[in-house]
Amino acid sequence: MRGKNSKITKLVLAGALFACLIGVLRPALALDRAAMEKLALGDGDERLEGIAALVAEGDPRAGAVLGALADGEMQTASKRILIVKGDDATDAVTGEKIAPLPAEREDVMVNNRLRGAVQDALAALKLVSPDRDIRFAAAKELAGGTVAGMLPLVKKALAKERDAEIRELLVHTAASLELKADDIQTRLAAVRTLGLSGSGNAKRLLLSVLESETNDDVRVEAKQSLAQVNDRLAWGERAGLLFAGISLGSILLLAALGLAITYGLMGVINMAHGELIMIGAYATYVVQNLFKAHLPAAFDAYLLCAVPVAFAASALVGMVLERSVIRWLYGRPLETLLATWGISLVLIQAVRTLFGAQNVQVENPAFMSGGVEILANVVLPWSRIVIVLFAGAVLAGVWLLLTRTRLGLFVRGVTQNRAMASCVGVPTARVDTLAFGLGSGIAGLAGCALSQIGNVGPDLGQSYIVDSFMVVVLGGVGQLAGTVYAALGLGFANKLLESWSGAVLAKIVVLVFIIIFIQKRPQGMFALKGRSVET
Amino acid sequence: MSGPLGNAFTRLYGARGWAVLTLCGMILFVVFPLLNLAVPAGSAFHVSAYWVTLIGKIMCFAIVAVAMDLIWGYCGILSLGHGLFFALGGYGMGMYLMRQIGRDGQYRSDLPDFMVFLDWKQLPWHWWNSDSFAWALFLAVAVPGVLAFVFGYFAFRSRIKGVYFSIITQALTFAAMLLFFRNETGFGGNNGFTDFKRILGYSITTPETRMVLFTVTAAVLIATLLLGRYLVTSKFGRVLAAIRDAEQRVMFCGYNTLHYKLFVWTLSAVLCGIAGALYVTQVGIINPGEMSPANSIEIAIWVAVGGRGTLVGAIVGAGVVNGAKSFFTQAFPEYWLYVLGMMFILVTLFLPQGIVGLLNKSRTAR
Amino acid sequence: MFHRRSFLKRFSALASTLAVTAAVGLQAPQVHAQGKTVKVGVLHSLSGTMAISETVLKDVALMAFDEINAKGGVMGMKIEPVVVDPASNWPLFAEKARQLITQDKVAVVFGCWTSVSRKSVLPVFEELNSLLFYPVQYEGEEISRNVFYTGAAPNQQAIPAVEYLMSKEGGAAKRWVLLGTDYVYPRTTNKILRAFLKSKGVADKDIDEKYTPFGHSDYQTIVANIKKFAAGGKTAVVSTINGDSNVPFYKELGNQGLKATDVPVVAFSVGEEELRGVDTKPLVGHLAAWNYFMSIKSPANTEFTKKWADYAKKKGIAGHKDKPLTNDPMEATYIGIHMWKQAVEKAKSFDVAKVSVAMGGQTFTAPSGITSTMDPKNHHLHKAVFIGEVKADGQFNVVWKTKGPVKAQPWSPYIPGNDKKKDEPALMAEKKK
Repeated sequence: MRGKNSKITKLVLAGALFACLIGVLRPALALDRAAMEKLALGDGDERLEGIAALVAEGDPRAGAVLGALADGEMQTASKRILIVKGDDATDAVTGEKIAPLPAEREDVMVNNRLRGAVQDALAALKLVSPDRDIRFAAAKELAGGTVAGMLPLVKKALAKERDAEIRELLVHTAASLELKADDIQTRLAAVRTLGLSGSGNAKRLLLSVLESETNDDVRVEAKQSLAQVNDRLAWGERAGLLFAGISLGSILLLAALGLAITYGLMGVINMAHGELIMIGAYATYVVQNLFKAHLPAAFDAYLLCAVPVAFAASALVGMVLERSVIRWLYGRPLETLLATWGISLVLIQAVRTLFGAQNVQVENPAFMSGGVEILANVVLPWSRIVIVLFAGAVLAGVWLLLTRTRLGLFVRGVTQNRAMASCVGVPTARVDTLAFGLGSGIAGLAGCALSQIGNVGPDLGQSYIVDSFMVVVLGGVGQLAGTVYAALGLGFANKLLESWSGAVLAKIVVLVFIIIFIQKRPQGMFALKGRSVET
Repeated sequence: MSGPLGNAFTRLYGARGWAVLTLCGMILFVVFPLLNLAVPAGSAFHVSAYWVTLIGKIMCFAIVAVAMDLIWGYCGILSLGHGLFFALGGYGMGMYLMRQIGRDGQYRSDLPDFMVFLDWKQLPWHWWNSDSFAWALFLAVAVPGVLAFVFGYFAFRSRIKGVYFSIITQALTFAAMLLFFRNETGFGGNNGFTDFKRILGYSITTPETRMVLFTVTAAVLIATLLLGRYLVTSKFGRVLAAIRDAEQRVMFCGYNTLHYKLFVWTLSAVLCGIAGALYVTQVGIINPGEMSPANSIEIAIWVAVGGRGTLVGAIVGAGVVNGAKSFFTQAFPEYWLYVLGMMFILVTLFLPQGIVGLLNKSRTAR
Repeated sequence: MFHRRSFLKRFSALASTLAVTAAVGLQAPQVHAQGKTVKVGVLHSLSGTMAISETVLKDVALMAFDEINAKGGVMGMKIEPVVVDPASNWPLFAEKARQLITQDKVAVVFGCWTSVSRKSVLPVFEELNSLLFYPVQYEGEEISRNVFYTGAAPNQQAIPAVEYLMSKEGGAAKRWVLLGTDYVYPRTTNKILRAFLKSKGVADKDIDEKYTPFGHSDYQTIVANIKKFAAGGKTAVVSTINGDSNVPFYKELGNQGLKATDVPVVAFSVGEEELRGVDTKPLVGHLAAWNYFMSIKSPANTEFTKKWADYAKKKGIAGHKDKPLTNDPMEATYIGIHMWKQAVEKAKSFDVAKVSVAMGGQTFTAPSGITSTMDPKNHHLHKAVFIGEVKADGQFNVVWKTKGPVKAQPWSPYIPGNDKKKDEPALMAEKKK
């Protein structure tokens, strides 16, 4: 895929091989000026030749220079080539320090093609590194390669390699390189080896074999291997779908859980629920900025700090709303809808005034970027895994709070029979405020989680409010368990349908399903039993 | 006055009510057209096309508000999906208006532009007969009506009520919005219908056509008001109010509430459809945005602001909220949402009976 | 200051209006000769879903007015902006346009972002014969004598980007995922691109067209499908995803480890402002095609970005006062306003017909460093095309650009039947027929 069939890339990798075999032995004072100039000032193919020449020269500093190029630290000043890190500059050719910085500098342009070549060259250089992790990363980087020039290098590394995981990668790389070998037996073996893989890359290679191969035996073998690979890929897709469903379900759950309390238990139709989610997300943003400004070293920890802050911020806003507006509207549920709609307009515009109408940037902390590869074609992003776990934790917390604490007891008591609860001394007004604050706080937690995978902007809440209500109503008002089932069910249904019919139709079908389901079970999946049904 | 007709008259409104209504009718049917058409454009008393379309639009909304008040104020059913019926009426009329463009579109084709663009060679089935005005009127009434009837029949039969009903109407309009967003659905996707040229052969942008549409809208609004008033003051209306206040008891008294609810629900949807059809001709665009859940919530807000359970209140609410919106989006483009939001909060907190309720109270206090 | 003064002015205007009847329209001349000001409309959504993108265009327009006023105004008259909020509500766009033209008597309107908003106001501008400057890249298939399009037509953005990705330098892509939000701009662009790719010998099975609903935020399935599709050969993704959905899409791309060196994504609706909400480190190398990037090095751009930074700080524009960003539609707005001023001064009149004629052939040294010319006939700008790769700091690194300005083709030759279209607005006579 990377520079497929390109002569130039062959050159680069042949150079890399050469470098590894003999280069390290020959220390040099300066890098080849001509090669560097080609790299920095040439165009297109010339620059790739420059990389090849640099690596072939074998200077260990070539790696550093290429790394600087990939990181965008290489600049030119007239004909001079510099590596600029912050305010320090060194001459890329001689390695001398340059001070002061020349005023007129231009960035050396790096595009995807060059970056790919640089990454391959760097990986090839690292294949003999003593550090296991570096070798592993390098082997992975090369796994997609299809260029014959790399084969001896890979075989050599394979001969020395003891680590099973790296060996496996290298074996596959070698096999993919031997697909074009002259010997039929080698090609057959290579095709068979690829059949053991489950990566999309193997499929692509086998497809290209089927296109170009002339030998019938190899073709038959390739077809078989392709079937095996497709089989594995299909399992990967299923696993991916399953996870996507769980992930979407957990997000719906987080968004709806707060509503399940404020609406489900207290009967307040809170149209500003989405905006409480948004406040949580903006609280996360503010905490992130504070960490960036004052504690850059502990930046990754900002999220841990943001969780309680988001909860507190939304809970506070929620309690203020309850005291000032919603309190006066108990028993008039449909009117709370209108008042809270007004509140949501005000909150959106307030955020717009404070933070601007545009989205703000919330960075993932390092431990939440990237993903874990469970199968060759399935990467589960850490951010989503963390959110699934987080949703579980919040759910457990809410459940414990409602069933094991005094406040929970009061909330349930007030829900079931306000007058009676009041008679036995439950401070119903205070319980209302606290319960509303709790529901709002959970919305804030949802906002904190959503900030990690989506937009943080003034409209954030609007896109979740309809979905949240669907979840709560489908699950059955007043039932936490119903909310959980409904959220996961809708998540799965949505993802399953999406893979068949596309995202737009999937959403429509799910909504129609909800409408029909409510006809069958007007009180949702888990209806409250007993006398409270008809009041 | 005497006789059954006279009874009906006095039942609807008192002498003062009729006087006010006649005055409004005079303004809408005589003064407004004269000021717009007969007074020259330079004069200080000329009413410009801007005001004609703006007030025409608000009157369409007022019809919707009355329809909403019939089911919410009098029957206690809060629909968060009335925007759908409104939009369906609009689309029904819009199809006809699209066909009236004829070959004057960008592509000089008999087909509407967006179909040419999608490489469709002929009209899809649901555009059958769409060049007939009568059919367009029929669609504008029948489609919302049938949809409401079917939906209402199942929903009311399952005794879905209160918030559950509100939420599934919201789901309905949301699903319809997504459906209409799709280009394959055949209604112009996100852009919907626009760039109309003619209606019944007359150019749609001349002051005369505008004024005709305006007066038709005014007539429909007044007719809707009177029809609504007739219903709610009849025995039927009293049953509706009884359903709103205690449905169980009404059932125990031997009434089949399903029929009552279904009738008023379908009627309400049909009125919305008519309003939508009138709206498209005057505003010149219909698109799926009208079906967004937020628009439907706004309809409920008009009614709440004006005063629930009084039909005049619904009209006042639609006028005040939309008038405020039109004014504030220009006067304070960056702060108008605060004003509007605070207005909703304050009205629900301090004016549970809406503006009309406040007026009534001050009148009785005097 | 500005707000209060204009508020008082408008309030008193309203009071007097209400005092007579609700319907008195003072028929003042278009130009208030005594006050030496000329009213100019700004029609951008400041609330609702499009506020994210459009608010900043209102600000940059106000900045350009200030700048012009500081230099003596237009023909010696100060510009008095009339800002309205159509609230991302398409029918409201039409109402506000009519209000600006007939009630406020503005000489010209700068505004709109989405195609549907433009389509909504277009009949109003044509009926009342007024001028609109539209600053956003769009799908083409339209020329109106009342609109000047300062954003890109498809041949000034989409086609060069795809050509670049097909080239060796761009990675020689063989398979294509055309991914967009389900509305007119993506549909049209993808239709043009499909025809273009076919003309280059790409088979139908190597093109995958996918649409997501508005506001879609869960891109797990889409990204998984891209991966699956990419297993069939070197793949590039052309994204016409609508502004707001881009953040979740890019976050998912980064987290699922789809790198630009493997599957590059080129976007037509993602600029500096959209990337503000994204951590761009995992996205390095993904592409965007525009007629302007903030990172372009030219004296005109240095001046423009500095002006914007100062203005944002002075006015305390939230977000921009700390991190000022400029983008393509802002540049297009800026160009449009200045060209209008030049045209008015050339025509020595605010008359729509005269200004329209004078607009043809106007030139302006755009912040992109290119001298943009208004086409004498088709109401579109000649613009240079730049392709940039995302850098780790959220800016773009220009990797390719056209030699000079490219003429816009609003009627794309890749759509059948367009060869018969005239490359200029239809005449009134023909319209009336």
